[in-house]
Amino acid sequence: MNVEEVAHALSGIVGPRWVRTRRAELATFRADGLPTHESTPGLVVLPANRAEVIAVMRQLEHDGISFVARGAGTGLSGGALADPTTVLLSLTRLNRILGIDAVNRRARVEPGVVNARLSEAAAPLGLFYAPDPSSQTACTLGGNVAENAGGPHCLKYGVTTNHVVALEVVLTDGSVVRLGSAQGECWGPDLVGLFVGSEGMFGVVTEITVRLEPIPVSVRTIAADFMALRAAGETVTAIIASGVVPAALEMMDQSCLKAVEASIYATGAPTDIAALLLVELDGPTESVEAESALVEALLRRHGARDIRVAVQALDRARLWQGRKKAFGALGRLAPDLVVQDAVVPRSELPDILDRIAAIRDRLGLQISNVFHAGDGNLHPCISFDRRDPELSERVELASREIMTACLDAGGSLTGEHGVGADKMAYMPAAFTSATLHAMLDVKRVFDPGGRANPGKVFPTHVCREWRRGHAA
Amino acid sequence: MSAALFARLGEIAGPGSVEKDPRGLPRVAPDSEESLALVCREAHAQRWRIRIEGRGSWLPADAPADFALSTRSLDRIVAVSAANLVATIQAGASLERVRRTLHDAGLWLAIDPPGNPERTLGSVVATSTAGPLRQGFGPVRDHVLGLHVVTGDGRVLQAGGRVVKNVAGYDLTKLQVGGFGAFGIVTTLHLRLRALLPADATLLLAGARDRLTLIARELVATGIPYAALELFSPALAAGAEWTLAVRLMGAPEAIEPEAARLIGSTSNSWHRLTLDRATSFWSQASRGILAGAVTIRLGSVLDGLDELLDLLHQQIGEGLVSAGAGSGSVRWSGTAGADRIRELRRLTAAREIPLTLERAPWDLRRRLGHFGAYREGVGLLVGRLREAFDPTERLQVAIEGSDGD
Repeated sequence: MNVEEVAHALSGIVGPRWVRTRRAELATFRADGLPTHESTPGLVVLPANRAEVIAVMRQLEHDGISFVARGAGTGLSGGALADPTTVLLSLTRLNRILGIDAVNRRARVEPGVVNARLSEAAAPLGLFYAPDPSSQTACTLGGNVAENAGGPHCLKYGVTTNHVVALEVVLTDGSVVRLGSAQGECWGPDLVGLFVGSEGMFGVVTEITVRLEPIPVSVRTIAADFMALRAAGETVTAIIASGVVPAALEMMDQSCLKAVEASIYATGAPTDIAALLLVELDGPTESVEAESALVEALLRRHGARDIRVAVQALDRARLWQGRKKAFGALGRLAPDLVVQDAVVPRSELPDILDRIAAIRDRLGLQISNVFHAGDGNLHPCISFDRRDPELSERVELASREIMTACLDAGGSLTGEHGVGADKMAYMPAAFTSATLHAMLDVKRVFDPGGRANPGKVFPTHVCREWRRGHAA
Repeated sequence: MSAALFARLGEIAGPGSVEKDPRGLPRVAPDSEESLALVCREAHAQRWRIRIEGRGSWLPADAPADFALSTRSLDRIVAVSAANLVATIQAGASLERVRRTLHDAGLWLAIDPPGNPERTLGSVVATSTAGPLRQGFGPVRDHVLGLHVVTGDGRVLQAGGRVVKNVAGYDLTKLQVGGFGAFGIVTTLHLRLRALLPADATLLLAGARDRLTLIARELVATGIPYAALELFSPALAAGAEWTLAVRLMGAPEAIEPEAARLIGSTSNSWHRLTLDRATSFWSQASRGILAGAVTIRLGSVLDGLDELLDLLHQQIGEGLVSAGAGSGSVRWSGTAGADRIRELRRLTAAREIPLTLERAPWDLRRRLGHFGAYREGVGLLVGRLREAFDPTERLQVAIEGSDGD
């Protein structure tokens, strides 16, 4: 790619101010939320609207240049990184909420709208947008669509794919397709469902229609202290099996609690316990009260040492603060933090937590656990200093062992962060060759030239085999 | 060719797996995924056309083909985990058997599709036919965590997984749910289950349709999580007027206050059904859809529901209607010709409402397609996707119409 020529052409579309080529400017886009992967794009272009996105895509198609679409860059899989031969397409300027329809509980937004902003805008109408990734005050809805983002409250309300009803997509040749319908009924095969979670490899979303939920009448948050991780894990299984579907069911281990309590986010939570369970129930008051009684009984039966219940918003926020700020607090423990994202069947939680502890001890690492226990979605957080190559190697080994253990337990290698550049190597362990090749076939349907977010999700050798198969 | 084909299918799937259907067409029902894949591979190599069947109780088994491939022998309930609320079940298992098995384990699958309870699970998933419970528990796709599918050329693919949260790779599951088999034959499903709920209340209100939709909208605004909020046309509810049916499920403490509030309403005469009568009511409404030879599905945002129902009435008659008064999903069943449905599809498309032909004789399916006309640019994508999953077009599924629009 001749950067000067491409920059000149793209400047003609978006204006010179919105094309970045200087090293210092590009440094901002060198990484996402995952510290172990870095790559500097050839240049960055920031279109302001759909028309500019289309024109940029046509120009890149004409020049045969690959691109990576990016939102706020808060992803945790290295999925929004571009190399020097690739253009990074930042969508943060497409940040308008195009409309909120309170009667039909729908919102139309551009991809650069920040997740939390939508709920703020919908709140006066008694509505909210349910998927709430930890980065929700920064991450964009376009990025959420690309990664099929989740969050604590997805246990009850579902992840991004359950809330997106329609998309407007600019394909790699600059053509525009509209998928889905405002009601949610598919228009043909479910291409919205196929597109959500495709990690920016099918095209660029320019408009998203989402479902909004009514703000629940009553919310109750329960914090329970456990002296053993296993007991906390078993309690999660018991709550899920009871038929109660909490809005959220989260767990933090002792290492994580200590990090929070040593930080500015401290709330006075106990640090002598092995695990804290946070259970949130919402809905009509009678329903919440009935479910709360059942959950509290289960917590006691499984040995909770202490149970704290909060009803008022401020009190609930206090119980949540440690969980919400956990990643920030963990960032203080060491210069770098790797957040893993594996999933196991919920009944496997007690065993897998034991296995992670064994890996931690054997490799001499600091691993903290803060995660969506109700979904079986683990986030082992490994604190380290990447300037130490030997330590980095142990971190890599631990990540691999944790991932393998989760797959062996019947789980998945990612629950909400995506595969990106980080977990490509594990894809052959999770899927057969035939399945991986079928996924590549699907990518080719949307992106025949293979220019959208190249080098992600599928390891090189799989792509090579796939190409050989098609050449034969 | 039929005798040779019959013999060849027997060699591949075992002689006991092949029979003749009522029209004399060879019908093979492999008892393993591998065997089904081998059949598809051979069909691909020999250029045989395949008609996909479950138990033939939803879509008429009338697509022209060289042989029928049924999933009815793939009917094992492979695993049920009460701890994880997940089951792995082969696609040919009947809904009723699945329901009984899960019930015995204190579990249930929160879907209530229209049609016969002996319908296969695969049929429900392939056609994405949700019933009134979509209000509280979502469409069919929300219950499918993963699946196995055999492509038209005999590849076995796994999509999704067995856990409730999973974003590894592209979501091929979504393409198969509601794909009518055009992208392959679903053989195994990983499903999200729920624990049986202790209380279940059904209340009915009869009246003029527009009054009932207004009341339904008021109920939706309360934010109460109704399991179902369904509007039935008089013919489907076997009454003189339209019926609004409300279903509440959960702990008794949670649902009884709302049931009492409705019963105590002075402006509306709700009446509550006994559990037996409620079971019979919902079951008859499900089966009643089969009385019409043609079933279509549409989806309107809530404030467009009345207008859509009016449009249906004008274009193809009142028919048997089951409409999600809180979800906007509408199912119409009755008798209608190709011209009428084509015109209706044109009119609904102009209102940004997709129309899916769920069930109809082959001639109508062939002419109109399950999906018919797509929006600009989408047809090309769908065509390429079909090619990726069925390169030589062995699977006789009419997702696009031959008539054009």
